[in-house]
Amino acid sequence: MSTLNIVNKSPFEKRTLDQCLSRIAAGDAVLLIEDAVVVAAAGTSYETELKSASASHKLYVLSPDLEARGLAERSLVDGFSCVDYKGFVALVTEHDRVHSWL
Amino acid sequence: MKISILVNEGPYQHQASDSAYQFCVAAIDSGHEVSRVFFYHDGVNNGTNLTTPPQDDRHIQKRWSALAESNGVDLVLCVAACQRRGIVDEGERDRNKKDAINVADGFRISGLGQLIEAGIESDRLVTFGD
Repeated sequence: MSTLNIVNKSPFEKRTLDQCLSRIAAGDAVLLIEDAVVVAAAGTSYETELKSASASHKLYVLSPDLEARGLAERSLVDGFSCVDYKGFVALVTEHDRVHSWL
Repeated sequence: MKISILVNEGPYQHQASDSAYQFCVAAIDSGHEVSRVFFYHDGVNNGTNLTTPPQDDRHIQKRWSALAESNGVDLVLCVAACQRRGIVDEGERDRNKKDAINVADGFRISGLGQLIEAGIESDRLVTFGD
């Protein structure tokens, strides 16, 4: 049983990404959408933590939300895969459960 | 796969309505069934037909109504959230003695049981909120 965890707020605004990363099981996936996508860009203070998280979790970021924030051309933290909305849907169907960290 | 959606925030204030809509379109395009979208809390503001956004802006309510018409998506507004925020259908107008109706085409007002049912009967329930 695997869970897709969706985080939608920047960790510089809310604690949901920290709460998610400290609680999820190995093998669970994390998808960053909306304002959370800012932390997928390389060079923030979260880069090291996310890199180490990528060893035990699949990390995804929603590319339309990166583009909307002018981050599409930025290099991403190693381990992130970009998905569009169809990829988002595929992740929802491929995992047994979906949890939005609100 | 049968997918249902929960929207907890209103239009034009949070991205939740937009994300949820884009997700629904992609799910339908991918061959899945979006059976129900349940609007809760400020999310019920997606279902008023009194909004007039600028012409060059997206019309979030009409977009939902079109999705209901073209794909049979059941758009359900939480009744208690509607009463607090002034979203009214014929039944609510009569029951609460109001003088207007503003629930948009394709939307219906019902109870939380519809959310629970969607959770039970769908393969996945995806929440969009603040």
